[in-house]
Amino acid sequence: MADAVILDNVQLSSGIFRMTVRSESGGLPGQFYMLRAWSTSPLLSRPISIFDIEGDQLHFLYQTAGEGTRLLSQLRAGDRIGLEGPFGNGFPAASGKIALAGGGIGIAPLYYALKHLPQAEVYLGFSREPYLVAEFERLSSRVTVDIGGYITDQIDLTAYDQVWVCGPEPMMKAMQRKNEAAGAAGKVFVSLENRMACGIGACLVCSTKTSGGRRKACADGPVFPVEEVVFGG
Amino acid sequence: MVDTTCRIGSVLFKNPVVMASGTFGFGREYAKFYDLNKLGGISGKGLTLKAKEGNEGLRVWETAAGMLNSVGLENPGIMGFLEEETPFWQQLDTVRIVNLGGGCLSDYEEGAEILENFSVRSLADERPAYDMIELNISCPNVKEGGMAYGIRTETAREVVRLVREATSLPLVVKLSPNAEDLTGMAAMCEEEGADGISLVNTFSAMKIDIHKRRSVFQNLYAGLSGPAIKPIALRMVHQVCKTVSIPVMGMGGISSAEDAIEFIMAGAETVQVGTHNFVSLRAGEELVEGISAFMRQEGIKSLQEIRGII
Repeated sequence: MADAVILDNVQLSSGIFRMTVRSESGGLPGQFYMLRAWSTSPLLSRPISIFDIEGDQLHFLYQTAGEGTRLLSQLRAGDRIGLEGPFGNGFPAASGKIALAGGGIGIAPLYYALKHLPQAEVYLGFSREPYLVAEFERLSSRVTVDIGGYITDQIDLTAYDQVWVCGPEPMMKAMQRKNEAAGAAGKVFVSLENRMACGIGACLVCSTKTSGGRRKACADGPVFPVEEVVFGG
Repeated sequence: MVDTTCRIGSVLFKNPVVMASGTFGFGREYAKFYDLNKLGGISGKGLTLKAKEGNEGLRVWETAAGMLNSVGLENPGIMGFLEEETPFWQQLDTVRIVNLGGGCLSDYEEGAEILENFSVRSLADERPAYDMIELNISCPNVKEGGMAYGIRTETAREVVRLVREATSLPLVVKLSPNAEDLTGMAAMCEEEGADGISLVNTFSAMKIDIHKRRSVFQNLYAGLSGPAIKPIALRMVHQVCKTVSIPVMGMGGISSAEDAIEFIMAGAETVQVGTHNFVSLRAGEELVEGISAFMRQEGIKSLQEIRGII
């Protein structure tokens, strides 16, 4: 496994960390890396999306949810981390007026997307304490923040040509219902957070049900048109 | 120069490192990370007669030094494989193994016949796209077959016999560690004319979500793989190697060249590497190099010197 030096790994909020590593592997908004800093337990690498890229520095934003992310959070500057990537399709080619909607740690892939789309309008939803809002506001003058509700309720679909969404499944489902009610297609894109094993499209454990048959979240996705995804399948 | 070659029936492997079915797709994805021609062989994703969507719901859960999977044989079907994957396989200079699963007896038989006919036809005018069949009677994740045939020796005998009659291709039977009588099962495969045996498939296992008060898997049970199963798999491979005289492909939690050497000392002709492909995307290349390095360090000229010495 390729490995990289950690330059920084700081806690931004309760259970929310930003890690910076030195790597020139690059990537596109919405793509992810497989990270690991352990041998056999936990066994699998963790898919973490690209938060930002600055020169030879890759930034990851992650939430501690289980053993793997807890171990990631304990790494310090100077430690090494195994990393493979970038993987996945990333967000589609941007066209027209764009909204970026993130829920909780789902805001992670949107920051790098916003860097490429300074005109985009941003919707950030948090269940409790918000984080990184100021960083988003530095890039966009149109940032809407919601705490405790569904951020998707605040989005007028008719106002945008594309909406890129990443967040917990209930949020993405709400977006799907809204999109269906509006009769839109090819407008709303969601980035899925399925559990993965290989990360490259070989093992099929992240396979997700879509209207076009089973698709691999890691290699065909993680970004799909919302109307194609069968949540819970 | 060390001799790492292995043989199963008429099939010669350049080294004992074979990628296990279900963890390697048909190889394309890993070809971006290293030269697949370095491998001893590749066993492709398990195929059924008709394409299968696989299981719904969650398909993976990590355990201590292991993982549970419930993929349920999602695959493009035999015809899909022949159309989409054989041009890629034709170009590979490594042993290419078709893993054949099934629903009912007639599916296994028809699948084997199609593979036989395609192989004979392609032999006439070009390089064949595959070298052998690995008969999968051991997948724990599909209700309508798979492991159902891999539990009882006499039930499995029917499948092995039908497939053996349907094809002249070299045939390896992949056994489940969940078999009632593993060595009896292995002996049956030899009696029925299999060229080799591969084992173990995953162990039938379980994970309960105590908050939701249900199995995390829609299919209830799932298959356990990874380093956690290695000591048990090694013992089973050893027992089977002591029972049969046909070659054995040993697998179960192999994560290093040292692990692979253990299986060979236990009697395996080749090994297979599965879950470790997820831990390191270059696992195949690393193991091939690691085995040669071990042989050089220990002054071993041929694997035959250490095979089955335990």
